[in-house]
Amino acid sequence: MTLLDNRPATASHPYEGLRVVKARHPGRWAATAVVAVLLAMVANSLITNPRWEWGVVWAYLGEVSIVEGVWMTIKLTLITAVLGFALGTVLALMRLSQSPLLRAVSWGYTWVFRSVPLILQLLLWYNLAYLYQTLDVGIPFGPSFASFETLSLIDKFGAAILGLGLHQAAYSAEIVRAGILSVDQGQHEAAASLGIPRRRQSTRIVLPQAMRTIVPTAVNEVIGLFKGTSIVYVLALGELFYTVSVIYGRTQRVLPMLVVAAIWYVVLTTVVTVIQFYVERYYARGAVRTLPPTPLQRLRGNLTAGLARVRPTSGSTSDRDPVTR
Amino acid sequence: MTAVDTRPGRVEVHGVHKSFGAHEVLHGVDLVVEPGSVTVILGPSGSGKSTLLRSINHLETVDRGYVALDGELVGYRRRGDVLHELKERDLLRQRTRFGFVFQSFNLFPHLTALENVVEAPVSAQGRNRREVEAEARELLARVGLADKAGAHPRQLSGGQQQRVAIARALAMKPAVLLFDEPTSALDPELVGEVLSVITDLARTGTTMIVVTHEIGFARQAADRIVFMDSGRVVEQGTPAQVLDDPQHERTKAFLAKVL
Repeated sequence: MTLLDNRPATASHPYEGLRVVKARHPGRWAATAVVAVLLAMVANSLITNPRWEWGVVWAYLGEVSIVEGVWMTIKLTLITAVLGFALGTVLALMRLSQSPLLRAVSWGYTWVFRSVPLILQLLLWYNLAYLYQTLDVGIPFGPSFASFETLSLIDKFGAAILGLGLHQAAYSAEIVRAGILSVDQGQHEAAASLGIPRRRQSTRIVLPQAMRTIVPTAVNEVIGLFKGTSIVYVLALGELFYTVSVIYGRTQRVLPMLVVAAIWYVVLTTVVTVIQFYVERYYARGAVRTLPPTPLQRLRGNLTAGLARVRPTSGSTSDRDPVTR
Repeated sequence: MTAVDTRPGRVEVHGVHKSFGAHEVLHGVDLVVEPGSVTVILGPSGSGKSTLLRSINHLETVDRGYVALDGELVGYRRRGDVLHELKERDLLRQRTRFGFVFQSFNLFPHLTALENVVEAPVSAQGRNRREVEAEARELLARVGLADKAGAHPRQLSGGQQQRVAIARALAMKPAVLLFDEPTSALDPELVGEVLSVITDLARTGTTMIVVTHEIGFARQAADRIVFMDSGRVVEQGTPAQVLDDPQHERTKAFLAKVL
């Protein structure tokens, strides 16, 4: 090690003032160019091919029946998600219970509702009135207090909610169960050793921590539901996809109408994705030392970093530290 | 020692057996801990120390024998000749008389240090939150963490986390404090700060049972040392008796290795 002798650091070092040439990445440049050309081709065809009929797309995008269809899709998704996750949580708790019957019933439910195709379940619920003309509220095996016509209780909308919700519950149960299992056993023990009441243990200690595991998968499910609701067109329920198909059945403008639907689905999914970011950030408290920046904070950070690069502080290259916090 | 000590915190363990599957971990343990005393349990890994400690506050149910705190059975209620297992609500209430400090801290990671300390007195004992918060700040100051009240556990060092855990246990005003290897998960340089907090507590006359491998701490803070091996209490006495003049072969062999 004769190169690095004991001269003080302030004295000019043999490497001081040498120019740094960054490594070149020809492969990366080539790939970038290819993708840029492909993107340009896609954009070109979207703009120049008249068969996309962008005028029609634009005209129908905000049409009343389409907006009503979007609203129906949102309603179906939200109600089903709430119903699915509420029932799913109950099923997950049953599955983790000490009672073998509760465990078995929960397992059986998940087994059946995951096994039967959703489209089949929807049609079954819609035809429930064939099996049971009336639905009664009363004492099991005893007298009935009130009786309802099945047909009036489970209309198209009811059948859709039941079908989607009960199907979703089977999947949600597994998601919630995985979340609860992901919480360290020591957390249950600490809560128990402090004498925290059982209910409070769940709501205050276990579930908030389980949410970190649950949220990403749950949002995945909600996004899946937004698009999955299109399956209820078999019940001729006026959600987005059914509305669109009715319109193109009438006007024969199939492709533009499909594009209208696609645009709306993308919009809905985007909104959910944004919400997901903030929900995840909320439940990350305590799990990470510093929270990830919000898009706004990141934008501000990038701007300041960019400005700093444009106006480098007078000094050597070592001052231009690209690391931003 | 006087015949009747009226302070709370007398722990009696009688003939406790405990198996996990076919493996018996405790083979009839007897132990009496006097109120206000500090008992240190020593012994090799797998000797049943932690299981014994967890049996005392009923985190583990014992297969045979019983545990009592101030003459009251832990985990059961006696009616005539029958022992009824306590309902969970009553068991949880009984547990508030024990403070438990875990090897891995087990702080609630999504709550701040202050919220960790405040949670149980409010939700388990139904006390006024404002009052408890003031007390919790005092407790955090007592363990040297007055300025960390708003920090989340992952923002704290291991030693700081364990000190918060001790404050959390103290907030319940327990009759007995149980420590399960409180310094085993810590870097060597952080062990001292936790032990000094425990030593301070020992001077205040709280009944404490400490499972540890820190022989120096045992010598300094313990009133009694209990040596366990293979699920039995092999030997017990004052630190001078057990550490300097061990009678049993197993004790001698263990001390020869760790001293």
